[in-house]
Amino acid sequence: MGRVYRCNLHMHTCLSPCAELDMHPASIVRESIAQGLDVIAVCDHNASENVPYVQRAAAGTGLVVIPGMELCTQEEVHLVAIFERLEELEALQGTVYGNLAGVNDEDAFGIQAIVNEAGEVEGFNEHLLIGATGISLNRAVDLIHSLGGLAVASHIDRPAFGLIGQLGFVPPDVPFDALEVSAGLGIPQARQRYPELKDYQFITSSDAHFIGDIGRASIRMFLESPTFAEIGLALARRMGRYVME
Amino acid sequence: MTLETICERLSLKCKCCWENLKREVTGGYAGDLLSDVMANSTAGTIWVTRQVHQNIVAVASLKEHAAIVIVQGATPEKETLDKATKEGIPILVADMAEFEVVGRLYQLLYPAGD
Repeated sequence: MGRVYRCNLHMHTCLSPCAELDMHPASIVRESIAQGLDVIAVCDHNASENVPYVQRAAAGTGLVVIPGMELCTQEEVHLVAIFERLEELEALQGTVYGNLAGVNDEDAFGIQAIVNEAGEVEGFNEHLLIGATGISLNRAVDLIHSLGGLAVASHIDRPAFGLIGQLGFVPPDVPFDALEVSAGLGIPQARQRYPELKDYQFITSSDAHFIGDIGRASIRMFLESPTFAEIGLALARRMGRYVME
Repeated sequence: MTLETICERLSLKCKCCWENLKREVTGGYAGDLLSDVMANSTAGTIWVTRQVHQNIVAVASLKEHAAIVIVQGATPEKETLDKATKEGIPILVADMAEFEVVGRLYQLLYPAGD
């Protein structure tokens, strides 16, 4: 019944100040398909306005686009949140903007462009998306779960904004659904480096900020169909669904 | 020098473990990257940080710090205070910024400037 799906559960768009403008919805969809991906999750820094446009760009192509965000917690830990529905993501967005101070400076941090599926600029996000929210890691994970989402600590091995660099170790009482290791490290090496984390599901994602990086890492998941619910089962290693390591 | 003296001189608010303020401080360390603090700090030191997550208690306990000073008047999370109480690590809060806390602490601990 099931089969293997190639999933990239963390990539950015041109809404993220540090991403290139070529990362607009239509071009992300085109490159994701070219790279053989079945599922992508769009996760901009503290923002989500481009998600519906990527979904529209993917309509009819077979590529599944999961709504997501990479939020920056008060501890300056990056955390990927993915959801089944846009409304759930929008609810998280409301809390994030309520806890995110500052205005972007395009010259210092980059342009934060909201671009539609036709490649037209709809506007610019003025929040300081590169900043940290005032939401603690524990509260953020609880909030994501209360909205029905999945919480994945981003690139835990990276010195900047990674969970282990910021907080020294993975807090045992925070119920992460998975831990992402950076593409450069890869899962087999991460398993060797972090034997104490053996009970966590590891994933790797491209975390692409540039078109050329979209295909640099993905995971293969054994799912019955490419849906959010199935991804949740695979991360929890339940009902025969799993991530191939 | 004891924690008690440091609290008094720097006007630090003690949030838990009053009973341990007689503890002697052997030096100081400042850092907000807990991985760095784990790697480089030493026992008996007073650790100055802006982080308030409960992991700070585990790090301080592991490294046998005398106490943690949270700067900028930040509020430690409830879980952090609960853990600190259990581990016997005093949590002290300073209204000053990290730079100022560290500077004053350094003058107190090393009055000759060496």
